[in-house]
Amino acid sequence: MTATTAQRPPAPGAARQSHVVADALTMLHRNLLHMVRYPGLSVFTIVGPVVLLLFFVFVFGGTLGAGLPGVDPAGGRAAYVEYVLPGILLLTIAGSAGGTATTVAMDMAEGITARFRTMAISRAAVLAGHVLGNTIQAIIAVALVLGVGLLIGFRPTAGPIEWIAAAGLIVLIAYAITWLGVAMGMQAKSVETASNWPLLLMFLPFLSSGFVPTESMPQGMQWFAQYQPFTPFIEAVRGLLLGTPLGGSVALAIGWCVVLAVGGYAWSMAIYERKSVR
Amino acid sequence: MTSGNEQKGTTPMTTTAIDVRGLRKSYGAKLVLDDVDLAVSAGTVTALLGPNGAGKTTTVHILSTLLRPDGGTAAVNGCDVVRDPDGVRAVIGLTGQFSAVDKLLTGEENLLLMARLRHLGAKRSKTRVAELLEQFDLVEAARKPLATYSGGMQRRLDLAMTLVATPSVIFLDEPTTGLDPRSRHTMWDIVRGLVADGTTVLLTTQNLAEADELADRIAVLDGGRIVAEGTPDELKRLVPGGHIRLRFADAAALDAASRVLDESARDDAGLALTVPSHGGVRALRTALDRLDAAALEVDDLSIHTPDLDDVFFALTGRLDAKGTES
Repeated sequence: MTATTAQRPPAPGAARQSHVVADALTMLHRNLLHMVRYPGLSVFTIVGPVVLLLFFVFVFGGTLGAGLPGVDPAGGRAAYVEYVLPGILLLTIAGSAGGTATTVAMDMAEGITARFRTMAISRAAVLAGHVLGNTIQAIIAVALVLGVGLLIGFRPTAGPIEWIAAAGLIVLIAYAITWLGVAMGMQAKSVETASNWPLLLMFLPFLSSGFVPTESMPQGMQWFAQYQPFTPFIEAVRGLLLGTPLGGSVALAIGWCVVLAVGGYAWSMAIYERKSVR
Repeated sequence: MTSGNEQKGTTPMTTTAIDVRGLRKSYGAKLVLDDVDLAVSAGTVTALLGPNGAGKTTTVHILSTLLRPDGGTAAVNGCDVVRDPDGVRAVIGLTGQFSAVDKLLTGEENLLLMARLRHLGAKRSKTRVAELLEQFDLVEAARKPLATYSGGMQRRLDLAMTLVATPSVIFLDEPTTGLDPRSRHTMWDIVRGLVADGTTVLLTTQNLAEADELADRIAVLDGGRIVAEGTPDELKRLVPGGHIRLRFADAAALDAASRVLDESARDDAGLALTVPSHGGVRALRTALDRLDAAALEVDDLSIHTPDLDDVFFALTGRLDAKGTES
């Protein structure tokens, strides 16, 4: 990961590499301080999905649940809590990318980012601070949504191993999506437009098997839903927590995570170089 | 108006801290730097003087590895800015005209952040931060969010952050723009202190008085070219604009005075005489002594010292130094 010197001959101080982790932790500390000091955006990222969950279960849940294959219409709402919760968890993660992009765009507009560039700090460390901070925030949001889900009738069948696997997968997905959010925030021309791109990410859970089975969609949309990353994400989480058939969804989900994380990383690093001068 | 710089900067055989040769940079079709040469000896202050758009900030950004040059070379302490940017970054500090502080943190947290990124270690970080807070008069505000800081305080914090790791070469990009006179003088004192400690400073300014006050050498940048370079005195000699203006009570006194000061120019309507001067005290004293000897009362006196406009006019033949759009 000597990304600092990607287009340049290596710097003489090889010892500097050992600082990447320390610098990333310093940057993480800074980003966490921001979140604690100015919690507005974080609260929105964390509480928003809980509201959506309640909305989907108590407003749409009765009808949507009754339409699920093999469900007794009388128990529609209870069945829908089980069905929709993994989708909401993924929606939570997708939604956190918007907050990530906004904080990154705000940071890039600050002179402090230019200062970082005049210091011997690894570029990766600056970005990693954002990624780690926002991943932690996304995981807190997911935990909260899950907690509320348990309160309103979500009953996972997972044993300890499945729980660990599901948790691991969610962390991985959050990490990958956050890298994408960082790249989108760097790409944005202003703070105001930073959350436009991530908004597209928010649509993906809806165009997947998260809220209704893909079989109920028109042909073209069904095809899209089957091949976009959020379907394996949701299928894998659902399978691990509820014991529905996993198929190849876990491997596919991990594959997508790697692709998204590497893509987001490369995209961010490429923009970082040319973006931080005012 | 003596600058007190005469004894400095003339020490022969110093090493070159900043070495710029044939530097070129353009943004699209717009040429911003056109073959710029600049050498700054270690431990001295050089001012890059010029109007907006002259290329001052671009030069500083290239030297601080924020921008890559299109041509030419630039080296800081022997490290090339393109080939060894990390070598450069390890020894430099930059305080720009836009504040490079983290506005969501407190002053102390900002300094601690810098100390950590410079890997000072927990204990040294603490002492260094306390030291800087003290030195820059920020102790009281240390734990307050930056939103409560005045412009001068933010600028001081900004510079303090640059100094956490005691860099040997410091770039100050218009360090006093937008500051009130008191904060400006504080900033000047800080810069003088840095130089006394052996730091090399390259500062950009639009203000000749500031360059005069601080710099050992001044390079005048216009339209991406260095149009003049020298000590403040050498530069001021290029500028004929300095004069003393003396106003008298009536035409008779004006007549008498104009005979006493034969090199002066008369302004009959204003009942005033204009005596050429380069801002020195001696010229002023001579003029006043001669008036005294002739028992002539001066009603009002004003001193006009050359400013950037005058320097620009002398060097480029253009009247307006502020706008470079041709």
